[in-house]
Amino acid sequence: MWGMACSPCPTPSCLETRISQVTSYIVRRTLYMLPLLVIVSLISFALIQLMPGDYLTRSRLNPDITQETFDEMAARYGLDKPFVTQYWLWLKGIVTRGDFGTSFETKLPVFFTLFMGNRLLWTLVITGSTMLITWLFAIPLGIYSATHQYKASDHTLTFFGFLGLSIPNFFFALVVLWILVALLRVGNYGLGIGGLFDNRFIDAPWSLAKLGNFLWHIWPAWLVIGTSGMAGLLRYMRGSLLDTLSLQYVQTARAKGLTERVVIYKHAVRNAINPLVSILGLTLPNLVAGSIVTAIILNLPTVGRAYFTALQMQDQYVIMGGLLFFSLFLLIGNLIADILLAWVDPRIRYD
Amino acid sequence: MRKKTLEREIAEREYVSRSQGQMIWRAFRKHRLGNIGTVIVLILIVTVVFAEFVAPYPYAKQFRPYPFSPPSRLHFRSADGFSLRPFVYKTTRGFDPETYQPSFVEDTSKKYYIRFFVRGSEYRMLGLFKTNVHLFGVRAEDGSEAQLFLFGSDGFGRDLFTRTMIGGRISLAVGPLVILFAFPFAIVIGGLSGYYGGGIDMFMQRFGEVFMAIPALPILLAAGAALASLGLSAAQVFLGIIIALALISWAGVARVVRGQVLAIREMEFVIAAKAAGSSDLRIILRHIVPNVTSYLVVAATLTIPGMMLTEAALSFLGYGIREPMTSWGQLLNAATNISGIEEHPWLLIPGAFIVIAVLAFNFMGDALRDAVDPFSIV
Repeated sequence: MWGMACSPCPTPSCLETRISQVTSYIVRRTLYMLPLLVIVSLISFALIQLMPGDYLTRSRLNPDITQETFDEMAARYGLDKPFVTQYWLWLKGIVTRGDFGTSFETKLPVFFTLFMGNRLLWTLVITGSTMLITWLFAIPLGIYSATHQYKASDHTLTFFGFLGLSIPNFFFALVVLWILVALLRVGNYGLGIGGLFDNRFIDAPWSLAKLGNFLWHIWPAWLVIGTSGMAGLLRYMRGSLLDTLSLQYVQTARAKGLTERVVIYKHAVRNAINPLVSILGLTLPNLVAGSIVTAIILNLPTVGRAYFTALQMQDQYVIMGGLLFFSLFLLIGNLIADILLAWVDPRIRYD
Repeated sequence: MRKKTLEREIAEREYVSRSQGQMIWRAFRKHRLGNIGTVIVLILIVTVVFAEFVAPYPYAKQFRPYPFSPPSRLHFRSADGFSLRPFVYKTTRGFDPETYQPSFVEDTSKKYYIRFFVRGSEYRMLGLFKTNVHLFGVRAEDGSEAQLFLFGSDGFGRDLFTRTMIGGRISLAVGPLVILFAFPFAIVIGGLSGYYGGGIDMFMQRFGEVFMAIPALPILLAAGAALASLGLSAAQVFLGIIIALALISWAGVARVVRGQVLAIREMEFVIAAKAAGSSDLRIILRHIVPNVTSYLVVAATLTIPGMMLTEAALSFLGYGIREPMTSWGQLLNAATNISGIEEHPWLLIPGAFIVIAVLAFNFMGDALRDAVDPFSIV
């Protein structure tokens, strides 16, 4: 609504309304996330309860846990109580104390188990950089594909895009590992595979050599995770630009005698890129999910990997905490997508 | 003179009217990659349906002396000259004295020719009748046997080619089965939501959003772990995975169905039908459903590759299909660590089938979408 009134040049008062509208929209959407998260927590709690050998019996078998700790934990999480009470105590702990439970394996709080060793930071770095690289490649390639529609190069790009989409991340990661280790024998050149750094760099302070080593370890992840999202983005950019190029104002620009370069980059691409912005938020959760499998194979310290380890150990509270984390990430991604979409397209209303 | 014939030609040219289906078919035929994809999909389906016939051995048969046997080398040339019919030699397992790695030595004294339609182990063709004819196998002149491992063998000495054929059955069945569970649900919910609007729509939308707020892969992994720990049979686990995938994916489809129905509901022909006194049921079945069908076919085709990839990832990580059942992803589970891959790279072969199948389905779906596009509402 404000879009209509504000469009060509927003006045200060109009801008104020816009900001307050956006703020109230974000607040409303954030509040709406809470019931969704509660339902997701209920589902994950129910799912985890299906696993045999609950926390209580497992703790009792563990000699490391003393009777006092055991009694204390049993009381705090109501482990001997029925399902509903247990869930209620868990939820209450999260809300009142920020306590997501204790890991059975590390005996540390869930929050710490999932995120320790900069796992959260590395997850964000890996997904963020992958996303950046995907965009850096996909947008120009999409533009190229659209401006060379139905030419051999367009078909080739489409084919490779689809190929990237069709290779399972885990299989691609295995193949990359195999090529590097068995065919190229990179180990002979002192280059390690997997993890973030070679051993000699792990505790070293940041330097150019360490950065180089990091890049060497991270590029397989970029390649594997990036290619799966590339095709969608490339096709979308191509389609969007083709749509825009058929519009009248582009024809006008050409009729005015502007060079093809200016027509494409100044007139068409600027408008064609708008709808893609909303994809930004939507691909983020996919990248996090897509990086789980890749991180397991390439041994990257991400939250997804910690989650998988917890699954293998049947570390119940960590699994539930992980599910809540991924769910929150998904919802935030959706929210970002909606805000960006409304931001680039003023016709969308915030109510 | 020439002009006249041209005019006549135009006058004589037949103008035929085509149905929507015919137009979609024509547009589909023009999409070359889509056609190739469709042919590959059909070949894969026929292959896995007749998997027992195509495969030379029963899929669980263990050739104990041949664990991790590399793919059999097909020979055409020997000391006595060239033969168009490929043959293999019997191999014996030994150890390389220097590296202590297992090695396979070929015994070149006797050739085992590959023959078609050989008799081997008994199986039921399509579950209908018993037979023991296999597409191919190896046999020496005197009838003695050697092993033919086209893709090598796994750690139990099971033929990877056979297992890939049988595993493809599960891999290819997952997508359609998920659709079978998810789509009716999605169509009813999305349809009701779009057609009636109001409170029903509101409720259904919120209901769907819950499912869309669940992170798919993490929850599927947790579900797989829960299923694995319940002590169920492999078939029950398989069914459980299908249901879990259906639960995760129905909401997205329902949402788009809702949008489509919402748009069609406002169109003139529906309003006309309403004015003519048609019942809701008649409008839905006669006017709305036919217009959504083409979209649903496209959506189904494009859902299959995603489901295949998810199943493969789950099975690879050990939380999907379990032994004694097998799928392409489950076969790759044997290739989880790098030293294993380095020594037995042939264990990666089933992965190539995933790529080919998913790629073929994607091309097919893409062609279908393009073909249907001019008629759809979006």
